[in-house]
Amino acid sequence: MRVALFVPCYVDQIYPGVAVATVRVLRSLGIEVSYPEGQTCCGQPAFNSGFFREARSVAGHLMGVFENDRSDYVVCPSGSCSAMVAHYYPVLFEERRGERERAEALAGRVRELSDFLVNVAGAEASDLGSRFEGRAVFHAGCHQRRELGVLEEPRRLLGGVEGLELLEWENEELCCGFGGTFSVKMPQVSTAMADEKVKALEGSGADTLVSCDSSCLMHLGGRLARKGHGTRVMHLAEVLDPEHGRVV
Amino acid sequence: METRKPARERDTTDRRREGIESPVEGFNERGGRAARDEALRGALRLFATKVVPARNATLAALPEAPELRERAYRIKRETMANLDRYLEEMAEAVEARGGSVHFASDGEDVVRYVGELARRRGAKVIAKSKSMATEEIELNRRLEEGYADLGLEIVETDLGEWIAQLAGDTPSHIIGPILHMNAERVAEILSEVAGEELPPDATVLSRFARGRLREKFLTADIGITGANFGVAESGTVVTVTNEGNGRLVTSVPPVHVVVMGIEKMIPRFEDLSVFTRLLARSGTGQKLTVYTNFVTGPRGPGELDGAEEFHLVLLDNGRSNLLGTPFEEALYCIRCGSCLNVCPVYRQTGGHAYGSTYSGPIGAVITPLLKGDEEAKDLPHASSLCGACSETCPVGIPLHDLLLKLRNRQVEEGMAGKTQTAAFKVFENTMKSPALYNISGKLGRAAQRPLVREGTVRPVPGPLRGWTGSRELPPLAPKPFRELWRGGI
Repeated sequence: MRVALFVPCYVDQIYPGVAVATVRVLRSLGIEVSYPEGQTCCGQPAFNSGFFREARSVAGHLMGVFENDRSDYVVCPSGSCSAMVAHYYPVLFEERRGERERAEALAGRVRELSDFLVNVAGAEASDLGSRFEGRAVFHAGCHQRRELGVLEEPRRLLGGVEGLELLEWENEELCCGFGGTFSVKMPQVSTAMADEKVKALEGSGADTLVSCDSSCLMHLGGRLARKGHGTRVMHLAEVLDPEHGRVV
Repeated sequence: METRKPARERDTTDRRREGIESPVEGFNERGGRAARDEALRGALRLFATKVVPARNATLAALPEAPELRERAYRIKRETMANLDRYLEEMAEAVEARGGSVHFASDGEDVVRYVGELARRRGAKVIAKSKSMATEEIELNRRLEEGYADLGLEIVETDLGEWIAQLAGDTPSHIIGPILHMNAERVAEILSEVAGEELPPDATVLSRFARGRLREKFLTADIGITGANFGVAESGTVVTVTNEGNGRLVTSVPPVHVVVMGIEKMIPRFEDLSVFTRLLARSGTGQKLTVYTNFVTGPRGPGELDGAEEFHLVLLDNGRSNLLGTPFEEALYCIRCGSCLNVCPVYRQTGGHAYGSTYSGPIGAVITPLLKGDEEAKDLPHASSLCGACSETCPVGIPLHDLLLKLRNRQVEEGMAGKTQTAAFKVFENTMKSPALYNISGKLGRAAQRPLVREGTVRPVPGPLRGWTGSRELPPLAPKPFRELWRGGI
């Protein structure tokens, strides 16, 4: 099987290790990975700020990039950016015939990483040879939870990682407070939301916070670091990575 | 009520105008202040901890709940498509039963109608049961001020609402008006009324309130209620309460006035069971509220209960402007408060931070729709768009998608501000061009070099200050993924 990788812009620029881990995880299952280099961003920052025209323009570019790739699936290590393409692209182009069909076609191909691993590749963590020492809680990003409805898949994968103990935590369904530009437009409220998650994290006894979204992790990790917290924040792909720890 | 503050001494600041310079400052500042109020946050969390699991459990125990939600949405959609016809049907049914009907275009219209009615009746005391529609139009203040010569005493009889009124405060939650107060604060307010110190004990305080409010029910000349539903085919007004005050307000005073938003309409009696099964379960986790009142016109010949005069005031106040627009779904709301209860933003700030009658996600949606975007610029941004509101809504209003559409409307109306508009133009151009994207990454790496210390970007002035004030900012990686890919993984 061959898949095309969609690496969100901030993962590309800030967390390239997450994309590297994604490639390794996919390859360890014998999947051929392509990376169409013309890709940039899904347009979500503009869309969430109400700049629909600009978002459409960026989305049009991304659709073109993946139309030139023949892979059956487009795999993305982010619930939020996957939801933007799979859920909101068809909405964004709702009233534009032609573009709407293109949006729906890409929406049908894009899969968030854990969704792809479990539901398409039929993989378990044991197939990957994942090992990770730690007590972890899982945070589902809100798009992952509600727009994609992919909740069980990451937990199932984590449950199979050797050495990892998956813990429950309080109010796990609450948003971390990132919300894209919300975090800078409403910093005080956003930070109060993060603090509630930090408190729940403290109560859980976990030493690691795992998510399928580096954006939530950037927010909670940024708050944890400011508070001098030792909790590790890791993307699911990094935990699953059979070569975890090896630097490119 | 001797100690009740007269209108002019009460806090009547228009909270909408307070400190809103940029589109987002108002909510951030008020919300930020609220989020530092530990007593408030404690009360909010306690309420959510009680109500949300109860809501989930009662709905889970109702196997047809998902189907009811679908039906509720369809009924409301159909009602809005034919609202003029249903309103007419309702009006005819009420008039056929001997009631009066008045279509009010705005709050001023309602004030005039009720004020003139009070004058004609020589009314002195008006008893009210909880009504968000009359809060929306500030009926109490405007009646007291506009009809000062009548010397009206207007008393809220919902316990929470009465306490809010005594304190010169406004409700902070659709169904829990004084959610923001703890027992100590309530005791303080009621002690002042009692002229003696009352303990912060719920039983003692409610017994005291009950005694005081009974006097008002018995002496009231007019009772004013809102409506949870208006049934077009029968002309029946349905109100749900947990305290029984609604029933006293509608049956003891000789005159009953209903102020009902036109969106409260449902076509048929049989539709009611769809909504009553959802409303209390969604709002408080009860299967049904303690009281469900059906009032159809004034007391008929040979009937024992009901007012001598019955007036139905149908309030538009901007609602009909939404019909047939992409925002129409906002009118489907049944005011259960469920979206407030699950909202992680409301959970930190409470209702007053929204600076509007309606708070939480539904408030952030309908306030700009009813009052205009200029009056509530900040509210569509008072959300992380997590979608918990849309998920919980018992009638399926896509609340967070409506917030997105409102943000888009601001952009289309040129309200987004020059800086933000320019920034997204740059964003668009950069993201459409892989070459520009790559150059921007390189420039960013060069620019951040002097600012990165120990794996974090030092706080810098500018738009990122909002982030760096309370959180560490990770720097751009030494190489982006695309370079690593080219180098071989």
